[in-house]
Amino acid sequence: MRKEFAAWLEGLGGRDERVVVLTGDLGFQALEGVRARIGPRFVNAGVSEQNMVSMAAALASEGLRPFCYSIAPFTVFRPAEQIRLDVCIHGLEVKIIGNGGGYGYGIMGSTHHAIEDIGVLSTFPNMRCFIPVTGADVAAAGDAMMASGGPGYLRLNLGTLPPGFEMDAPFAPIRQVRQAGASASPLVTVVGLGPMVLNALSAAVPPGSADFFVVSQVPMGPLPEALVSSVTRTGHVVVAEEHVERGGLAEHLALAMLRARLSPVIETRSALGYPSKTYGSQKFHQRESGLDAQSLAALVERCVKK
Amino acid sequence: MRRRTARTLLGLYKQANAGHIGASLSCLEILLDVMVRRAGQKDLLVLSKGHAAAGLYTALAATGRLDPALLPTFYQDGTILAAHPPCGRQLPEVIPFGTGSLGHGLSLATGLAFSQRYTRRDFKVFAVLSDGDCNEGSTWEAALFAAQHGLDRLTVIVDRNHLQGFGSSEDVVALEPLADKWRAFGFEVAVAANGNDFDSLDEAHRKLTTPGRPRCIVAETIKGHGVSFMQNKMEWHYLPMSDAQYAQALVDTDSDA
Repeated sequence: MRKEFAAWLEGLGGRDERVVVLTGDLGFQALEGVRARIGPRFVNAGVSEQNMVSMAAALASEGLRPFCYSIAPFTVFRPAEQIRLDVCIHGLEVKIIGNGGGYGYGIMGSTHHAIEDIGVLSTFPNMRCFIPVTGADVAAAGDAMMASGGPGYLRLNLGTLPPGFEMDAPFAPIRQVRQAGASASPLVTVVGLGPMVLNALSAAVPPGSADFFVVSQVPMGPLPEALVSSVTRTGHVVVAEEHVERGGLAEHLALAMLRARLSPVIETRSALGYPSKTYGSQKFHQRESGLDAQSLAALVERCVKK
Repeated sequence: MRRRTARTLLGLYKQANAGHIGASLSCLEILLDVMVRRAGQKDLLVLSKGHAAAGLYTALAATGRLDPALLPTFYQDGTILAAHPPCGRQLPEVIPFGTGSLGHGLSLATGLAFSQRYTRRDFKVFAVLSDGDCNEGSTWEAALFAAQHGLDRLTVIVDRNHLQGFGSSEDVVALEPLADKWRAFGFEVAVAANGNDFDSLDEAHRKLTTPGRPRCIVAETIKGHGVSFMQNKMEWHYLPMSDAQYAQALVDTDSDA
């Protein structure tokens, strides 16, 4: 999604002279076009994420629209206090861009992973987290982030919608992913955080026997009627997220469902960290947490066959 | 003005039965000097050592920038005058940011100064830092950036009282030679040999004239300045005053002029 993000930002920066892009010395083979397009409004702040975020807050207080770019762990955890105090409590329009959310940086190891980012940021006042599903979804998520005003976080990862599936438009915090020709009655409701829902779509179940929803914004706001209706029918929810369970989608969704007087059976698949204490690709880490396509598909199949 | 403001400040702390008195007295002259002599209508101040908030509030009130009627609400439930400056533009425009966690102020001030190259606005930015602020890595991140971009509308004033939260700055993590450190980071530096004296501060400000370089004044101050039993005592970072101590503090303040 990095390239799609860069293309979107290049367009935005070209149209809006208030846009200032700060990077924590990253963006090789991604942000060169943005730099060329917006010239002096592209600033390499150096490897100093704390300073970058506080400065961005100051730029926003002067009416500019700053972005802070780095890989997700560096742009969230190191400057977490700066995000909390200088950006969020002041309610300033700073956009934090985290590339490779979740296990996106695979073999780079735990220093480069961000599996607690949504949990941390979603507790900060005024902050909205946006999690696009596919590359094609990045521009819509970016537009939604800009339209939301205030502080924002864009979590970039990887994702491609397989043939035969369509995601509801326009962009919304919770959208349904629909399968062509679906006619069976749903037996399970699958809810994924951003691209994670894609890993469940390969389940070998009759079209329509599983309802799929994607959460692309946290806090999510009220549950859409389609999700409430699905959960009411199935009484069974599978939650999948490349994020730890604490503070992640599972907790947010469980509370939202309780408030909507829904009490389905819930099964969760969340990032478990590093259970084997070994490292590998993003897929390897997903597999270790039961989040890879094979594991999630098997889980959905089991739910449908029950 | 200094004496009257110090009396107001002591009264606020006594009424609130609160600490951070020494830190406020340490930088009271620095804040008054900025408000009276340095900061025009458009200029901005970031009090990175937010724990000196009472010094800030009383300096703002003394210079007509804050309604003095608000001062008695200091520390009270429902006030905007918290023990650290509030976030979210609740204070006059000259104070755009709330502070209180050390190490944020210089980055905020640097960002404000840097914004001018896009907005074409022209204003001065002052950042008042403590010894403890100079322990924070983010302070030095900001210093590197400010120098890299030649932010000459930025003036850092270090309230150098040589004491920090739990010890002498030189015993905790030595900062000396502090002026040289700022120079090495690319700042034009002047030392105010007596940072509690307006003339000394003025002289230091006047030395800083080089275009294209951020500025720093290392103001040698006394924690608890003007109150005999507080001066250079770390504990007056924290302690509230008894009735007898308050009475003595007022006597000391009156005789200090």
